[in-house]
Amino acid sequence: MSGVPIGWYIALSAMLFTTGLVGVLVRRSVIVMFMCIELMLNSVNLALITFSRLHGNLDGQVLSFFVIVVAAAEVTVGLALIVNMFRLLGSTDADDADRLRS
Amino acid sequence: MIGLLATAGLGGLTPASLRTAGGAFGAIAGEGGFAGEYVTAATGSPADFAWLIPVVPALSAAFLLTFGRRIGRVSAAIAIAAVGFSATMATAVALQIAAAPEAERSIVKVVAEWLPIGDLTVDWALLLDPLSGVMLLLVTWVGLLIHIYSLGYMHGDERYPQFFAYLNLFVASMLVLVLGESLLVLFVGWELVGLCSYLLIGFWFTEMPNAVAAKKAFIVNRIGDVGFMIAMFLTFTAVGSLSFTEVLPRAGEIAAGTAVAIGLLLFVGATGKSAQIPLFVWLPDAMAGPTPVSALIHAATMVTAGVYLVARMSPLYAAIHDAGLFDVGLLIAWVGVLTALVAALIACAQNDLKKILAYSTISQLGYMFVAVGLGSLAAGVFHLLTHGFFKALLFLAAGSVMHALHEETNVWNMGGLRHHMPVTFATSAVGTLAIAGVPFLAGYYSKEEVLAAAIETPGAQLIWVIGALVAGLTALYMSRWFILIFLGESRFADDIHPHESPLSMTLVLVVLAIGSIAGAFIGVSARSYPRFWQLEHGELFEWLAPAVQPYVGEDPWFSETGAAIIVLALVACGLTAAWALYLRPADIAAVRARMGWLYQAMLRKFYVDELYERTVVMPGHLMADGMAAFDERGIDGFVNGLGRGTYALSQVGRRVQTGFVRSYALAVLFGTLLISALFLGGTLLGR
Amino acid sequence: MDVLLAQTPQAEVVGSTVEFWVFSVTAVLALGTGLSVVVLRNAVHAALMLVINFFAIAVLYALLEAQFLAVVQIIVYAGAIMVLFLFVLMLLGVGSETRFSDRVPGQRTAAVLLGIALVVVLVGAGAGQFLGADAVCPADGSTGPVCAGLAGPNDDGNVAGIGRLLFTTYMWPFEATSALLVIAALGAIVLGKRQADEDVTDLPVVDGPADAEAGPELRGELVTASGDATEEQS
Repeated sequence: MSGVPIGWYIALSAMLFTTGLVGVLVRRSVIVMFMCIELMLNSVNLALITFSRLHGNLDGQVLSFFVIVVAAAEVTVGLALIVNMFRLLGSTDADDADRLRS
Repeated sequence: MIGLLATAGLGGLTPASLRTAGGAFGAIAGEGGFAGEYVTAATGSPADFAWLIPVVPALSAAFLLTFGRRIGRVSAAIAIAAVGFSATMATAVALQIAAAPEAERSIVKVVAEWLPIGDLTVDWALLLDPLSGVMLLLVTWVGLLIHIYSLGYMHGDERYPQFFAYLNLFVASMLVLVLGESLLVLFVGWELVGLCSYLLIGFWFTEMPNAVAAKKAFIVNRIGDVGFMIAMFLTFTAVGSLSFTEVLPRAGEIAAGTAVAIGLLLFVGATGKSAQIPLFVWLPDAMAGPTPVSALIHAATMVTAGVYLVARMSPLYAAIHDAGLFDVGLLIAWVGVLTALVAALIACAQNDLKKILAYSTISQLGYMFVAVGLGSLAAGVFHLLTHGFFKALLFLAAGSVMHALHEETNVWNMGGLRHHMPVTFATSAVGTLAIAGVPFLAGYYSKEEVLAAAIETPGAQLIWVIGALVAGLTALYMSRWFILIFLGESRFADDIHPHESPLSMTLVLVVLAIGSIAGAFIGVSARSYPRFWQLEHGELFEWLAPAVQPYVGEDPWFSETGAAIIVLALVACGLTAAWALYLRPADIAAVRARMGWLYQAMLRKFYVDELYERTVVMPGHLMADGMAAFDERGIDGFVNGLGRGTYALSQVGRRVQTGFVRSYALAVLFGTLLISALFLGGTLLGR
Repeated sequence: MDVLLAQTPQAEVVGSTVEFWVFSVTAVLALGTGLSVVVLRNAVHAALMLVINFFAIAVLYALLEAQFLAVVQIIVYAGAIMVLFLFVLMLLGVGSETRFSDRVPGQRTAAVLLGIALVVVLVGAGAGQFLGADAVCPADGSTGPVCAGLAGPNDDGNVAGIGRLLFTTYMWPFEATSALLVIAALGAIVLGKRQADEDVTDLPVVDGPADAEAGPELRGELVTASGDATEEQS
């Protein structure tokens, strides 16, 4: 074997993305859902970096850098929100957040 | 023949309204072809103003309908003045026609253009000729008399002005019918009199039976009108016009089959309006209206419209008679005589004084149709005129009696009124004898002329026999009517004190009684009046010659004198039988028992109404119910179903709003998948 | 290290069997841990699996000649973000997710099916053309037929290359994200602030009974005894 065709990285990224997505839909605990979102973000980063290598410039990596930064900010705020949700509803089950249900 | 142009009197011609006519009618047997010569009205002559004759009563009616309530009793005066004006104008026109030479007696007066549609041109035009002149005089003068009678009869009614308005409207409509120069204008009048009949029969509409009777009259008339309309369509197709001035001279050119169809369909219309079999059921029920209405409409004028129509279209019937395909005239005569028989039988067993007269009217109308059907049009018109006099007289007398006995209608609760109401008694006697066919009174002569037509037609033997029988029956039931009301012992309650009617009513009765005697001289020559067994045609026959096409045969199959004697004998039998049976009516129960089922059938009007109820009315109701159900369930159901469907759909759609974040995320995923597949699909497939 | 970082001109790692084996193992690890995150019931276990996943991805970044980002990934993601996650998990005392039926019927099946469909679409569309042998990125700075390779931009080193881009082309986004970070920090503080009438003991205790002294927003039927995310049958 003489190396990895670049497409395998992309395929891996797609699979990780889908895993994260299904996780968001299937899990009921909001914290785990959030973790799955982070998984999705990471898979996107992987894809960006792969494409950066594919095209031969570093733009993809810079973009990926920004994604990491924003993800960090997002996690901060998101977790604060989750804490608030827990304070309000007493649980972190997403199905309990049904105030808008008719 | 070449048509003549008239420049009588002052004015010139109006070429646009000229009508010339004249066809070659060599093929027509009978008394020469139909001349069909028409002239225009000379300017300034009464004929020129003839359009006022129907218009003035119409305007009066409109005025009275609008302002009648406010002017109250004065409306009678206005109405009478309007009809009086029409009567005077009608007389003037008739005199003008009489003064004109024979060839110029058919005057056309175009009032206004109406329908220029493609190939069809119909104008508001009047045809003033001997036939319409006769009808004109009858309608206006008898109408005037009945207006005067209504002064007394309708006194105190709360809708007094409306009554006179409707009466005026009726007179106007009948005049349009009679004066119309085309089938369409005649039809306009035809429909309008039907409407007025409805309005007047149902005048006291707050009582349900009256409203029902009015509705029945209108609807049954309408059925006949369908025939009339189809006949008009066929006429237009065959001739290309609806004007009498064009249709009548060219009646001989119409294809035999079409002509038969037109003749039949016109007669269908006539059966509706003139209450012949099978559309006679409305006339007895129409007695629910006020008595002047019965007298005017259902004795003298509206019901004669059918006879007038057939007489007017006599060239057509003559052509059919000669074509030999199917003699519609003979059919008309048969329907007439059978109607006369059935109606006479029913009348023998009725107990309501107005219903007896109603069936009598139907019976006498049958006679008229016998005459016109067999081609002796003048005889039919003669009987029409005399019948107008004595039937109106009898109805008005009945009204007088009803007034005196507080609206009692059962003859078995009357009797002995000759002491209390002498004028009514005397005039009713004249009327009864006239209709029974006693010599020296008008009815005898006109009936004889009708039966003479049957004698002169080979093949009409059975018609004559039945006609003679009906004459006997007429004498029977009419004298029964008279005896039970005026003679014998009083059978009414003790607290009723009948008195004679006011002058406005009795005066009219007297005038009509005089007419019932003097009317004889219209149709028979003065010479043959006392020699009543051998009659000669009178003025009327000559007078009507330019306007109609008689086709009655000329070889009698029996001696006329002998026939007259037989009929007289039957009449005498009828009178005596009634005298014997009804003067002391205590024994009547035994007679009834002997007659058994026949009596029941006659009393129940031969169950015709019940038959119609089953076969026509009930299916109509079922259809109406079906339609209503369809509307309710089908259409409403559809519309409501749409609403319900929307609701159900929304209930389903509501499920999408679960309130759970995760299901929304799932929906987003689904959408994303679709979009990405769309976008990347190209790449996927192009690979 | 040099071998892995492929920074030296003599990098023979790229395009060689070493890359292939490293990739294989790392990929399997990443996928496995990713799936574990989704599957494991216990939230803390899931978080730990996610940490391992991030490490694996960092290795992959290194394989892809993104050495700077590999380190940043470890420091920020695995080192900061996941720690934050674990903090909150511990703070809220969230236990295992109990396996009850979904309140939304068919959710799981639909999600899985759609996920499979999505994978197929993405792999097919995105990766499809690059799966062949010619898509291998070449060694030592040459440009491959499909893959360009980062030997050029990485000439002065990956850090220098990124730095160059970051402070020139992407200056503005850089500043904006800095501001974003400050705002996020502020936001977190504001959101996390306690209400005036609340105190620390208001948060329900693990395995404790429902508190009568619990704060106003915690009273009511939604308060569960163990603080578990239990489902309520409706």
